[in-house]
Amino acid sequence: MQELMDQYTSSKISRALLDEVIKLAKQFQKKFQRIPAFMEVCGSHTMALARTGVKKALQNHIRLISGPGCPVCVTDQATIDAMISLTDEENRIICTFGDMMRVPGSYGTLMQAKANGNDVRVVYSPNDAVRIAEQNQQKEVIFLGIGFETTIPILAAALKEAEEKQIHNFSIWMSTKLVEPILRHLLNNKEVALDGFLLPGHVSMVMGRKHFEFLAAEYHLPGVISGFEAVELLSSLRRLLMLALEQNALVINDYQSVVAEDGNEHAKYWMNRYFALCDEPWRGIGTIAQSGMDIREEYRHFNAKEKFSVPMRSPRKTKCRCGEVIRGLIDPPECVLFAKACTPLNPIGPCMVSSEGSCAAYYQYMREE
Amino acid sequence: MCVGVPAKVIEINGFSALVDVMGSQMNIGIIFVPEVKIGDYVIVHAGQAMSIIDEEYAKASLEEWRKLVDARTDGSIYEFEN
Amino acid sequence: MDRITLAHGDGGELAHQLIQQVFVSYFHNDAYAKFDSALFHIENGQLAMTTDSFVVKPIFFPGGNIGKLSVAGTVNDLAVSGAIPKMMTCSFIIEEGFPIKDLKQIVHSMAEEAKKANVQIIAGDTKVVERGSADGIYINTTGLGIVPQPLTASIQEGDSVIISGSVGDHGIAVLAARGELGLMTHLESDCATLYPMISAAMKASKNIRIMRDPTRGGLATSLVEICEDFQVTIELEEEAIPLKREVQGACELLGFDPLYLANEGKVVLIVAKEDEQNVLDAIRSFPEGKEAAVIGTVRSTEKGQLLLRTPLGTTRRLYRLSGLLLPRIC
Repeated sequence: MQELMDQYTSSKISRALLDEVIKLAKQFQKKFQRIPAFMEVCGSHTMALARTGVKKALQNHIRLISGPGCPVCVTDQATIDAMISLTDEENRIICTFGDMMRVPGSYGTLMQAKANGNDVRVVYSPNDAVRIAEQNQQKEVIFLGIGFETTIPILAAALKEAEEKQIHNFSIWMSTKLVEPILRHLLNNKEVALDGFLLPGHVSMVMGRKHFEFLAAEYHLPGVISGFEAVELLSSLRRLLMLALEQNALVINDYQSVVAEDGNEHAKYWMNRYFALCDEPWRGIGTIAQSGMDIREEYRHFNAKEKFSVPMRSPRKTKCRCGEVIRGLIDPPECVLFAKACTPLNPIGPCMVSSEGSCAAYYQYMREE
Repeated sequence: MCVGVPAKVIEINGFSALVDVMGSQMNIGIIFVPEVKIGDYVIVHAGQAMSIIDEEYAKASLEEWRKLVDARTDGSIYEFEN
Repeated sequence: MDRITLAHGDGGELAHQLIQQVFVSYFHNDAYAKFDSALFHIENGQLAMTTDSFVVKPIFFPGGNIGKLSVAGTVNDLAVSGAIPKMMTCSFIIEEGFPIKDLKQIVHSMAEEAKKANVQIIAGDTKVVERGSADGIYINTTGLGIVPQPLTASIQEGDSVIISGSVGDHGIAVLAARGELGLMTHLESDCATLYPMISAAMKASKNIRIMRDPTRGGLATSLVEICEDFQVTIELEEEAIPLKREVQGACELLGFDPLYLANEGKVVLIVAKEDEQNVLDAIRSFPEGKEAAVIGTVRSTEKGQLLLRTPLGTTRRLYRLSGLLLPRIC
């Protein structure tokens, strides 16, 4: 298997696939008199497409639009501000994924809060935060729960451990998002014209291929579930082009080694046990009904929003257009702040912070004068 | 959206496992893949195994790609103007 | 006496004992320790001077410790500037309660590293701060060297870029040693004194344009600085950059980019194409240089950009490290 993995990156295969993709894209252009437009929903795909050079190699052949798949980027400003304000109380330890540390709040970042002496800790896994709670029983440990369907079961695993160990000083401030409702929202509003979707491999690993069949059945668009290596991305783009060429609305699984028809039943069981659907606010979009998950009523003692309150301050307004970027309406350079006032070192919007944010990926990998 | 890494299961201790990614190791949770066995490859996300990799499918993809390379008659490699 | 107390820093009897029993006994520099300054003669010509402070956590890590690092780091800064390292000073800030056994081990490592580069440690200072005011021990070292033949930095189109070995070993080894993110590896830090190797490379070629040791910020940041400082465009070949499997695995798990991880025993050189093989052979004859490789070319003497050619054949631009490396889920 390890040898298999190494060959995955084999440049010979990826160059051959790239040739095929370009050939098919040209056929599409000839047939429909325009360049095909696909949305990669997942932020890790955005980053992988940029890092591996696939996006650049295809820039004249396929319009790849980055979707709303970066958890940090879609989190609305008031939520980010609330999460940062949480750190201000004594006797609290705020634990977070590294992604959140530099996200600009209206009044500073978690990194600045840490520098001010607030106890903010980066963990690799939310279960590490449970262990920190176990070791610091005189303090309240709050985990900042961001993420999509891949990460929601991970948060469930932390609650399971906290429940089993009867840890009462651990809670999660939830702001999780679901892919299906946001895709429906984008498609219903018809803001972007698309020929198909490159579907998120790791969300699919939890939810299953069937979960995305609504794209074909209701919106008559093809979708291909893809892995993250250059060769996997190219293989999936090839399949997607073949479907789009024939206007064949199918959702196919091109990541079968990892993704099953029904996903991971265990992961779905645990996420539904602790969490229930809730309305969620999305950056630049507003609240979408039933588009996220929050802690179930019977586990409210783990719900940081029930346990703690934060001062509500109105978010600072900037010219940041992250909201339009995550909806695929504009490319990052169309924002006046991009690469001028807003850079990875001094980000104004979240899309510039997360390495998988569209702006950061564009800044890092696509700007070459 | 979600970083996921293929890792080989080295040891299993109840609901956790020691996994290896090219020589670097880590303890992860396996509650979502209770059927996992030593020697299996899993996808790891934020400290949990989320899926057992089906090697047959991985091999099949590779085989298909190889055929694609072999089928190329012109043998040319696409060049870019940078 | 097994731990450092505040009295060790007060200049009295205990301080004297510490100096005699620890520093002088390892550094063998009592000849210099009679005045408030070290007095010495040095050859005429151009001198090189550098200073660096070391605050590594943990203090002991696989492949080295803060003492080894503090000498190797300063010696390497001199060596990559084309200097022959000659003299060094060291200054310690120690937290009250620090085990003297550990201090001896650190000072012992410093003496060993200094010997490898034939450098004399001629002056030093110790301050003790209250428990909680520092994290164990901090060391500052200052190095002085002579420069027989300054590097020209006249980088030409077509020059080769060489790295002396795999990137990111120190960054991952120290991260794993910290134990915070649950990462476990058998990897050792590459922490090493590079003067002998660099000296051999300089003997092998008179056309080494410039050298850097890619420490914090990693290979990418060091080369971006060269590109900007000298307005040259360098193109790296992604597949040619040596990378240990463990480093690659750790980077995948935590979402790091190895090009931005710290190295403490690597040198990156820009040399004339015709001297490429001579320099490679010279470097590879040292154990710390056996994985040396040509990783790129100077594409032009304008623009000042660092580019990376991916296995797919496209290039992308690399920038300085922005902010800290943090593990990420997405």
